[in-house]
Amino acid sequence: MSSARLGSALESLTIPVGALIGAMLLFGLFMLMLGQNPLEVYGLIYQGGFSSAFSWQNTLSRAAPLILTALCVALPAQAGLMIIGSEGALVLGGLTAAVIGHAMTGMPPISVKIAMALGGLLSGGLWIAAAGALRQYRGINETISSLLLTYIAIALFNHMVEGPLRDPASLNKPSTAPIGDASMLGNFPGLDVHWGLGFGIIFCIAMYILVKRTTWGFGLRIVGGNARAARLAGLPVGPLVLAACFLGGAASGLAGMVEVAAVHGNANASLMAGYGYAGILVAFIARQNPLAIIPVAILLGGISASGGMLQRRLDLPDATVLVLQGMAFLLVLASETLYGRIKLFKPREVAA
Amino acid sequence: MTELGWWGVPLGVLGGALRVSTPFLFVSLGECITEKSGRINLGLEGILVMGAMAGYAVSYITGNPWFGVLAAGIAGFFLGLLHGLICNLPKVNDIAVGIGLMLFGTGFAFFLGKPYVQPKAPNLPSLSFGAWADAPQVQAALQVSPLFLIGIALALFLAWAFRNTRWGLVVRMVGDSSDAARAMGYNVNVVRTLATAAGGFLAGIGGSFLSLYYPGSWSEGLSSGQGLMAVALVIFARWNPVHCFYAALLFGGAGSLGPALQSVGITSGYYLYNAAPYVLTLAIMIATCSTRRTLAGAPGELSIVR
Repeated sequence: MSSARLGSALESLTIPVGALIGAMLLFGLFMLMLGQNPLEVYGLIYQGGFSSAFSWQNTLSRAAPLILTALCVALPAQAGLMIIGSEGALVLGGLTAAVIGHAMTGMPPISVKIAMALGGLLSGGLWIAAAGALRQYRGINETISSLLLTYIAIALFNHMVEGPLRDPASLNKPSTAPIGDASMLGNFPGLDVHWGLGFGIIFCIAMYILVKRTTWGFGLRIVGGNARAARLAGLPVGPLVLAACFLGGAASGLAGMVEVAAVHGNANASLMAGYGYAGILVAFIARQNPLAIIPVAILLGGISASGGMLQRRLDLPDATVLVLQGMAFLLVLASETLYGRIKLFKPREVAA
Repeated sequence: MTELGWWGVPLGVLGGALRVSTPFLFVSLGECITEKSGRINLGLEGILVMGAMAGYAVSYITGNPWFGVLAAGIAGFFLGLLHGLICNLPKVNDIAVGIGLMLFGTGFAFFLGKPYVQPKAPNLPSLSFGAWADAPQVQAALQVSPLFLIGIALALFLAWAFRNTRWGLVVRMVGDSSDAARAMGYNVNVVRTLATAAGGFLAGIGGSFLSLYYPGSWSEGLSSGQGLMAVALVIFARWNPVHCFYAALLFGGAGSLGPALQSVGITSGYYLYNAAPYVLTLAIMIATCSTRRTLAGAPGELSIVR
């Protein structure tokens, strides 16, 4: 690797990590102001997220949907779009998967699972592709439209789950009819973590190769860098943008399918656990790099897994984790200003 | 009680428009100031929730809801200031910072607001304009908040001030051409930061309306995206404060379609009717945006319309 590439790789590793450490320090200061011992808080976050087999299991099951929802931000970002509608694609993917899973009761489990996954991929993908199409063909800001689409998706979801698709047997918590134990996704071999983690990692690696190592991905990144130049070079800008949005939405829809088929067993309001919003943060910390998403999602999954621990031991509100995430988000964004400014990472100038 | 039957629906929508539109109005006026200066603050949703929490807490502690409104404005001011200061750093994207502020503001408000979910804080008074009518439903529909009237006055004032005052012209110049503003000796970043902070102040007040008037209590599910819809609403209103008022009424009416239908016994599509404002926003954006031209009246420096 040339020294210039090494420098820029080091730069894009050091700056976000530094911003995260800064956020932890700021959060510790905030805890100190509230009369808590910051070291104890850090200790509990470690204990709740990363110390035992049980906490790792909790962390990884939370990381699985985060990996997939972060892809929903990172893939359109390659084409220069800032999509924040992963939550909507997730609930629709989950709903579609639950409907398919119930309708195919009694069929061979493997075909049910494949159909549920396809349903999740397709519904989530089309939903986000709609935001991309509105951007491409009507000039509508995709950030706003994707969030509006999320609100609409949630309304649709609530309507279906509490109305036409409600299982009469679900009394206290409106849910769709169960998909049945035979169709549930099992655990990752050798781990107490469901298959969603495997889907996420495979999806990330595939997208990394697609974006960074293929001509198609190169074209996509040209569109993201300068859409006008891409058009002049004869690249099919519209289809590229739509495909990136579709793939991102498909990842998020798959996250919904995984939550239904591996965790809940049906579609209900627990699907809206905020994975879509936390995924935005994951994608930004990972600098929209599909491979970097995996460790970042595990880190944030661990932090959110420790929320319960903070609540029980220190009597802090459950939103404590959200405060930490918010601080991390703002610092990571502010740290964008440091790129290209730190001498250490600059390639040495060669004497002519 | 007079039976109104189906007339209850338009009446409910009208009453709802008068009642629900106030947060839209304040947030969109705040966003209007910010966008006129050439920046976009998507974090107003977070500021709105923070304002709702701060307003409720201060009203509960002091016993005076107007102190709560002021506190909500101040909380919003500081969050807006934060957005402005971060965006002053070179290479930082204002839309992304807005998303960050949205998550930070709501998380921070949930964190600090936990102790105030249960207690009952004194609410803002309401003014009756329906005393002439016999039907109690009409009287109820014509109850308006003093904040609504302040909002109308503010919209008219801002429309006047953007045209006729020195700072109004400076904000617009900074938003239309930062080069021109720099050549005139104005500090673009300072103007934009102050405009964002002022926008945050108004959005905070819009939040206090939610917790202190309607629905009139603090909970984590208080806001349903009003702060975000206001951003789209400003685009629809073409950056004109008076049009922001009309648009806020329209959105308020759309938002109260669900409850109005429910009051006459139609409950089946409740969630779908609740999605009406989002669908309306999207439909309006589809109808008015275009890839071929920038929108009339758009500030030239604004990233969202380019």
